[in-house]
Amino acid sequence: MSSSFPLLPALAAMSALAAGTFLLRLSGPALRAKVTFPKQVERLLEVSAVVLLAALTATAALTGGDGFAGAARALGVLVGGVLAWRRAPFLVVVLAAAGTAALLRLAGVP
Amino acid sequence: MRTLWETLGKGPSRDIALVCLAVGVIGLSYGAIAVTSGFPWWFPVLMGALVLAASSEFLFVGIIAAGGSPIAALLAGLLVNARHLPFGLAVPDVLGRGWRGLLGTHLMNDETVVFAIAQEGIARKRAAYWACGLGILACWPVGAALGALLGSVVRDTDALGLDAMFPAVILALILPAMKDRALRRTALAGSAIALALTAFLPAGLPVLAALAALPLFRTKNLEGAAR
Repeated sequence: MSSSFPLLPALAAMSALAAGTFLLRLSGPALRAKVTFPKQVERLLEVSAVVLLAALTATAALTGGDGFAGAARALGVLVGGVLAWRRAPFLVVVLAAAGTAALLRLAGVP
Repeated sequence: MRTLWETLGKGPSRDIALVCLAVGVIGLSYGAIAVTSGFPWWFPVLMGALVLAASSEFLFVGIIAAGGSPIAALLAGLLVNARHLPFGLAVPDVLGRGWRGLLGTHLMNDETVVFAIAQEGIARKRAAYWACGLGILACWPVGAALGALLGSVVRDTDALGLDAMFPAVILALILPAMKDRALRRTALAGSAIALALTAFLPAGLPVLAALAALPLFRTKNLEGAAR
């Protein structure tokens, strides 16, 4: 799935992402000294982060391009998720997810 | 580094080392995916060191690889990284001052914040934060470089299941927050919206559209507060 795209705009956007992310990291400690955030705003920021990450998980696990990514990846992520829920170490979760997907593909599951 | 381990003790040190190792392994999948999507090998390595926030980098690479505009990739990445603002409000004085403070600020991410919060006392919080942060700063770009190498040698990185790693890790990171019922419902609704829209919207936008589910939480939350 080799694609070609102009590299320079991508590099500029990446630099802006790095700078913007640093400012976001910096503004918390900077603000903490001066402003007290309303609890609800804080909670809502937290909630939107989790909602974004959940949507990221769902789309990354289930879709590729604009279709279904295939059962192997979805089941791999599911196995990783169940292990994480059972409090398995991080590394076990990661390797089990990859291993499950790889084995399923070896067995011919897309 | 040695004094950091001494302050922390065996248990937390081992946990942190495991997480850094896992981050390196995810870096493998990140580098491989970036290279097979058409990026030069140094791009994921440089981005890994400069942005140092995995989910936004996966999203960025994914959007551009799918033909999305760099602006869309930038905005989506910034939105995903907006959670660093409340993170900065949450961690106590672990960052340090002056030049050290700038590096400490750069090290802020899901893992370092979680480890700092879990420790008792400012010395241990600081040690956990820095040990985990420096470990990730080393493991993430190195993992990406190895993955890029792997991706340019192995034709089909999907055969190794590398594509399943990242979603599994994000899932593991958000699971504890899912104990909150209202939050779980909102997150599931947001995910459903994102999934339903993948076929119709350009890459990156479905994830952002998940925020349309936020009022669901807000209403519940405010009702709860009023009672």
